[in-house]
Amino acid sequence: MRLITLSQAVNEAIAEEMRLDSSVFLIGEDVAEAGTPFKITSGLVEEFGTERVIDTPISEPGFMGLAVGAAMTGSRPIVDIMFGDFLFLIMDQLCNQAAKAHYMSGGKLNVPLVVRTNLGATRRSAAQHSQSLHALVSHIPGLKVAMPSSAYEAKGLLKTAIRDDNPVVIFEDKLMYQDKADVPEDEYLIPFGEAAVLQEGNQVTLIGTSSMRQVCEEAALILSDEKISVEIIDPRTLVPLDEKTILNSAKKTGRVIVVDEGHQNFGVTAEIASRISEKAFYYLDAPVIRMGAMDVPVPFSPVLEDLTVPTAEKVASNARKIVAGELVHEL
Amino acid sequence: MAKKINTNSESYLKMYSQMVKIRSFEDQANQLYLDAKMPGLTHMYSGEEAVAVGICEALTVKDKITSTHRGHGHCVAKGAELKQMFCELLGKEEGYCRGKGGSMHIADQSNGNLGANAIVGGSMGIATGSALRAKLNGDSDVTVCFFGDGATAQGLLYEVMNMAALWNLPVIYACENNGYSEYTATDEIAAGDILDRARAFGIEAHKVDGQDVLAVNKLATDLVARARKGEGPFFIELITYRYHGHHVGDINRTYYRSKEEEEDWKKNKDPIKILGDWLVSEKIASDDELQIIRDDIAAEAHVAVQYALEASYPNSNEVDMHVYMETT
Repeated sequence: MRLITLSQAVNEAIAEEMRLDSSVFLIGEDVAEAGTPFKITSGLVEEFGTERVIDTPISEPGFMGLAVGAAMTGSRPIVDIMFGDFLFLIMDQLCNQAAKAHYMSGGKLNVPLVVRTNLGATRRSAAQHSQSLHALVSHIPGLKVAMPSSAYEAKGLLKTAIRDDNPVVIFEDKLMYQDKADVPEDEYLIPFGEAAVLQEGNQVTLIGTSSMRQVCEEAALILSDEKISVEIIDPRTLVPLDEKTILNSAKKTGRVIVVDEGHQNFGVTAEIASRISEKAFYYLDAPVIRMGAMDVPVPFSPVLEDLTVPTAEKVASNARKIVAGELVHEL
Repeated sequence: MAKKINTNSESYLKMYSQMVKIRSFEDQANQLYLDAKMPGLTHMYSGEEAVAVGICEALTVKDKITSTHRGHGHCVAKGAELKQMFCELLGKEEGYCRGKGGSMHIADQSNGNLGANAIVGGSMGIATGSALRAKLNGDSDVTVCFFGDGATAQGLLYEVMNMAALWNLPVIYACENNGYSEYTATDEIAAGDILDRARAFGIEAHKVDGQDVLAVNKLATDLVARARKGEGPFFIELITYRYHGHHVGDINRTYYRSKEEEEDWKKNKDPIKILGDWLVSEKIASDDELQIIRDDIAAEAHVAVQYALEASYPNSNEVDMHVYMETT
């Protein structure tokens, strides 16, 4: 048993992979001596030097573009995008260049890089530093998307991402950087496309991505007092998505709530709910419920911001209703 | 004309042949379009041959280039085969990208061509990143980033030139200034002098006659050697002209460019004619010998296009192949 923070887990994953493979380097704003604003990469420049831990100007499209070219010619860059909101700045390089190079070249070129970034509201950072934009990149064929839900997943998924031969975007919840979890000393990898069943149950399935896993776990605690049996699933990667585990659980419980911090409209909750409805419809006892972030820009005022994200109480309330055969949405 | 850079007649004739090869390829590609035998459309490089050939003849096979939507010339100049290129233009299985890229995405990594790019300015980061990789690994290759005058309006250029200059990366930014940014004269959309933009980052910048292949090659040879020694990056503005419209379908274009201007460039500033005249005057080749070169290459292009027309389309099971690379 070794408890370390999610931040330390990420740092360890990068350091271990950089020791193993000299083609891996880290590039981004304030990643070297500053160790990023979240102090995640502290210490790496001391071990690997400024050649492999590269501070850049504030030029996200520029250094993202450099990473694509370096990856295309043999390097394995890890790109640090300080806030997930800045993904909008790198969209051409990520989605038009990195994501498509392998396909457009008929398999001749490939772009093994990792974009490390974050998501998550309630840090009182307002609409341009609080978004959860993983659905945006999950929509683009050619990209893989990982969503660690604890320090354990953060390390195992990041190591897998660095070794993957494709562009991978990995989202860490910025409110979880100091959260601790049991992380083995020994090396381990978490394969992509394998969801974790965190708790088995038979009345309702809660599917939670990233920090929404914690929300689902809290909701399950509330519901356990009411003798409602809850199954909890963390997909861990959105692309590829472990559809089999999700469908099996839906078929078993017949009731599913999908919880994700991205906006609800056209989002991850919609995609997962739709797959369940298409492929497990006749096993369902209730409509699949989507619970995403409210479809508003994230407001600054704490009293408003807290209203925009799914909470354990709301998840528990919806679960209670569908287990009782009540409607969540009026007909 | 520039002074002879060496006494190797073979290299001059190679440059002549390569320029003719590009022209022949484009003539055939244009005909494919006119005959409605080519899906989609394409952007002709005719008129700009001296730029691609002058630069690529200064490179080794290990050196890298990134190309543009107007990329056939770069691709041929870097060593690609016409058959595979025509196959790609027609969406055939034997194309460089198995028909998945088409005219605007031909990549030929075996010759160091990291690909054409359909986003104007889209490859500037890729070229600079390739140079970053070379520097980090201690590799000796140089990367040339081809782009047009229109692409100088993209912000990405200034972000990556800043980093290339800060880190002395072995990259050469080759701006093919053909005077037109799609359907608009570049004078109307570019403030100041393009060279000054590179110089603002402390990047050594040169202007060269892009119709004079020997002048281009001499400058490129010098800058490539210096970039290899760690003296990069460099910026070159090559003054050139495209004979066709922005793309093959851009036929009626007098609203942005006069026919007289087009005729003047074709008659008086054609890169193939300029080098041909010089080869004859220097007695390196006779008119007849040059005619034979042109005929042979035109025949080769004809054979290649016929081959491509008859080649197979990809099997339908390829449609979802190569979205992801299998990690071993």
